[in-house]
Amino acid sequence: MALQFTLNGEMRQVSSVAPTMTVLDYLREYAELTGTKEGCAEGDCGACTIVLAENVDGKPSYQAVNACLLVVPQLDGKHVITVEGLSDTDELLDPVQDAMVKTDGTQCGFCTPGFIMALYALRQSDEEASDGVIHDALAGNLCRCTGYRPIVEAAREACASAPDNTVLEALSASSEYFEGDQSFYAPTSIAEMADVFAANPEANLLGGGTDLGILVSKEREALATVIHTAHVAELLEIEETDKDITFGAAVTYTEALPFIERLYPSFATMITRIGSRQIRNVGTIGGNVGNASPIGDTPPCLIALDATLALYSKAGERELPIEEFFLDYRKTDLKQGEFIKAIRIPKLSENQEFRTYKISKRYDQDISAVIGAYRIELDGEKVAGARIAYGGMAATPKRGVACEAALIGNSWDLATAMTMLSVVQEDYQPISDHRATKEYRLQVAGNLFQRLYQDLAGVEEALEVVAV
Amino acid sequence: MDGTQNIVGAAHDKIQHDSAVKHVTGKALYIDDMPNLPGTLEIVLVTSPHAHANIKSIDSGVALAQKGVAAVLTAADIAGHNDIAPIFEGEPAIAEGVAEYVGHPVAIVAADTYDQAFQAAKLVQVDYEELEPVLEIKDAMAKQQFTYTPPSITKGDPDKALKKAKHRLQGELACGGQDHFYLEANVALAVPGEDQDMTVYSSTQHPTEVQHGVAHVLGVPSNAITVEIRRMGGGFGGKESQPTIFAAMAAMVASKTGQPAKLRLRRDDDMIITGKRHDYEFDYDVGFDDDGRIDGLDIAMMMRSGNVADLSSGVMARSLCHGDNCYYLENVRFRGYPCKTNTVSNTAFRGFGGPQGMIVIETILEHIGHHLGKSLDDVRKVNYYGTNDRNVTPYGQTISDNIIEEMTDRLMAEIDFEGRKKEIEKFNAENSTLKKGIAAMPVKFGISFNMPALNQAGALVHVYTDGSVHLNHGGTEMGQGLFTKVAQVVATVFQIDIDNIKISSTRTDKVPNTSATAASAGSDLNGMAAYDAADKIKTRMIGIAAKNFDVAENEIEFRQNRVYAGNESLSFAELAHMTWENRESLSATGYYQTPDLTWDPITCTGSPFYYYSYGVSISEVVIDTLTGESRTLKTDILQDCGKSLNPRVDYGQIEGAFVQGMGWLTSEELVWNDKGQLLTHGPSTYKIPGSRDVPPELNIHILEDAPNRVPTIFRSKAIGEPPLMLAISVWLALRDAVSRCGDGSKLPKLNAPATPEAILNAVTEIRA
Repeated sequence: MALQFTLNGEMRQVSSVAPTMTVLDYLREYAELTGTKEGCAEGDCGACTIVLAENVDGKPSYQAVNACLLVVPQLDGKHVITVEGLSDTDELLDPVQDAMVKTDGTQCGFCTPGFIMALYALRQSDEEASDGVIHDALAGNLCRCTGYRPIVEAAREACASAPDNTVLEALSASSEYFEGDQSFYAPTSIAEMADVFAANPEANLLGGGTDLGILVSKEREALATVIHTAHVAELLEIEETDKDITFGAAVTYTEALPFIERLYPSFATMITRIGSRQIRNVGTIGGNVGNASPIGDTPPCLIALDATLALYSKAGERELPIEEFFLDYRKTDLKQGEFIKAIRIPKLSENQEFRTYKISKRYDQDISAVIGAYRIELDGEKVAGARIAYGGMAATPKRGVACEAALIGNSWDLATAMTMLSVVQEDYQPISDHRATKEYRLQVAGNLFQRLYQDLAGVEEALEVVAV
Repeated sequence: MDGTQNIVGAAHDKIQHDSAVKHVTGKALYIDDMPNLPGTLEIVLVTSPHAHANIKSIDSGVALAQKGVAAVLTAADIAGHNDIAPIFEGEPAIAEGVAEYVGHPVAIVAADTYDQAFQAAKLVQVDYEELEPVLEIKDAMAKQQFTYTPPSITKGDPDKALKKAKHRLQGELACGGQDHFYLEANVALAVPGEDQDMTVYSSTQHPTEVQHGVAHVLGVPSNAITVEIRRMGGGFGGKESQPTIFAAMAAMVASKTGQPAKLRLRRDDDMIITGKRHDYEFDYDVGFDDDGRIDGLDIAMMMRSGNVADLSSGVMARSLCHGDNCYYLENVRFRGYPCKTNTVSNTAFRGFGGPQGMIVIETILEHIGHHLGKSLDDVRKVNYYGTNDRNVTPYGQTISDNIIEEMTDRLMAEIDFEGRKKEIEKFNAENSTLKKGIAAMPVKFGISFNMPALNQAGALVHVYTDGSVHLNHGGTEMGQGLFTKVAQVVATVFQIDIDNIKISSTRTDKVPNTSATAASAGSDLNGMAAYDAADKIKTRMIGIAAKNFDVAENEIEFRQNRVYAGNESLSFAELAHMTWENRESLSATGYYQTPDLTWDPITCTGSPFYYYSYGVSISEVVIDTLTGESRTLKTDILQDCGKSLNPRVDYGQIEGAFVQGMGWLTSEELVWNDKGQLLTHGPSTYKIPGSRDVPPELNIHILEDAPNRVPTIFRSKAIGEPPLMLAISVWLALRDAVSRCGDGSKLPKLNAPATPEAILNAVTEIRA
């Protein structure tokens, strides 16, 4: 079957490119659209940002994505917009382009098409473009020339006008695509997915491609078999009850965010620091759990929140507390042919509070040196319950049992918080790497209890530099 | 002569970058965007995994047998000389016999597609014999291992002054390097022509050096090589000497195969293979009086030169010439040590050694202030250069345009520096976890290449008979707006709208023997050369008009796209046509050499700078004493641009340089492991500032009514580099915030970059 999508409004049928060709390579080399640039090939600079549009619940949705991390079959059924698609003539620029010219938002111009597309997606959304939102929208784009101020100004200016209301045609997508000896499956039901995975147990599962994409983009690997989870109906479900909320494994960060924002605001703030919008628009919580990185940001939170995984295979479904899922460095409890179906997170009870703190060299789009996640249950002045987990502190995201024990039953005050500096060392023996030394990790992991105490105590002073 | 408001795009007009619309529509072509010529080969490099190793053998048999592979070349395939040194000699384009850093190119693999070359490169068998590497500055110092003879500057008798001084302090400091992180990585495309000719499209700030390097490696004369560059996706010094390596390799493949060959580095390769800003370590010894006035000073400036000298001697010369920053030093010795290490050879980066020179003297003044119980600003006050006396630099140049003290006083008064300090004290008293700090940073930066010979430029201007103008000069465009500024100069000379001027690619066959677009001097040099060329043509046109209309030459006036001759007037185009009809040349070359420059590289003395650029910044920061996280809250800048050629462009240079400098001093950390491998080689691990890191309040003012005192192009001043050093105010403010965490008895121990970990360690230490 051919893949079909529109590229800047023009219908394209693609049947002869490798299923692991990156969208960036496709655009630059096949479509001869060189406006989209390669700056890093790892989804961190945003020079390759394009916009994917589709109708969601009858409304057009525009999402910025990194073309370097996507493979061509991920475009199937989508409307693809690149910088070349925004204006017909130089005299009639899109408001985003016009604003970037007026504010001197370009110098060398190499990052510019990516910024234009990130801003285009923002302008086409119905979000109010506060400075905070603008920084969120730009966090995935690096500029080395301008110092950003004019780009932020361009965003304010361009977003002041109403978005274009284009009606998007609904396109269909294929469930499989073969080229040469490579296979790409895009099943639409969980039963179909389990069958395909059982038949191809060595296949790579592809959610948004924000991790797997590096393999094709940078390592140039021609993966033999890929199973794409983004069209599996059951994996896209979000279900909320009185007691908990369940996210299908292929739910993106962007889709999950409004729910998390309502139920666990601190978790939501942290999620807005995972990658960038380009990453979160395609990246999935299931992927973040499944790749079992010791520095993934959601697993410590999910452990502290006492989440449960639903694992699925042709043999059936089973449940597993998430902390039992991570066996060792990048090693999980998944059996052959098994995959994550959903993540169920209990809601907080009235006397429970949840906080998570991420520490990195840069506030936005950086990988944590340390991430701490805390669910604290207070009974008056005493700690009645505590679930604590850290990332970046061990070979896996890991629960801090000694920390929990030290808190439970104790009075909740600054003195207790300060004693935690030594307790964390019982739970964690971190390593030193290019992000931080082990000494720093331990010190920060301990110190964060002081932030936690002040945070929960509701002190009036600002607790983080970003809040000043 | 000066610009007027009667035409669009005159000198001093606030006009947009000439390529802005092309940038936002994606139509601006960079080298990798050029349509591929049939048969173009893609190149991937095989690089050394060892920091120091003998290359015993290279077996390319298996790689060569792979589908699509056209060539595997090594140093043995170099027809000419394996030497691309920009200043000294003996710096190979490809490792020969010995690999001297992790990432040192050892072999070149060319194939029909990138993926074929990428896979084949893994199959090149290189047999290494590992040698002991020297990885740290301290180790190289212990071995006295340098890339060239260590230079120094001495003025007065520092040893005697130090001995006699009432107070004396010693200390040390280290500042990290910085990757350029231009968004466009290095790229070169070589296209073979007839005979030995080769056209090389290179993302280079220095087309002439690429031309020389390629000719050298191919063993052909310079006239066989043409280098062209329309625009780069950022340069910042990283494309001054480094592009020669990749252009030479692409040319080798093109020469060997007869096919066009492209070498586009991927980000990680670019970061691993190419040089960066030099990291430095400093030891200082300072003597001073009760007021904090420096009597004697001795600083050892130890730089990580890397495996070869490259541009290190220029960088070190600038460090030596900026260790004074804005302060008069009577008895001083600056000792430079270009340490040879088994790490990539460091290179030019915006500021070119100036930032490192300045950061150490500021730290010393802070140390003096701490010792005497005075503020850094009070110590600066007694040490500033005078205007009529105390105005000779350590290298012997008399400063005649000093305005830094009044600029600093003015900015401090305008932002109520003392009041802000009180507010900060109040904040710090009320907040247990977060602490604020504030600091000013005055900057004096010398303009001109330290080496007088480099201070020359050429231009080529054609006027066509329809009145359209073709402009070419030796400067390159990397986003800094040089092409726009030079076109403004030509528009002003001819008094025609800038739309009539075609800005063209920099090419070595149009303007030869050029200097790098560097040292902030691009518009000073090329603007003057273009002025000269345009003025020659204009003089000829005046002659024709005077003759034809029978008026005196001094009565011919170019105004608003027209030419007035007595009672007659005609369009610029009509006069151009008339000039052709009357058989007068409408084409001219222009040339400029910066006057009055002297420099003795042996004694490090002379007057190497035509003038100085001045600027001052004040930054307020906040730190988290639990995590070391920091944020710059507010920065005010007052920058001297002379009479700005284009305030919009200059404004962009100021804020862009400031933020880049902030990155160097805060989040950008280069980390190597004990094998000499760089661990931070992509944006996922190396963190340049993002949009949220820019101070939410960033107020930038260009000093008004301040024409350059020397006759530069329309009395403008250079702007590319000086504002980068204004970011040192952020680092000093972070030190101030750390200081405020202690009881005042200790100096903060905080090097650069001030990462969260570095800040937390400094807070812990000062509270201990």
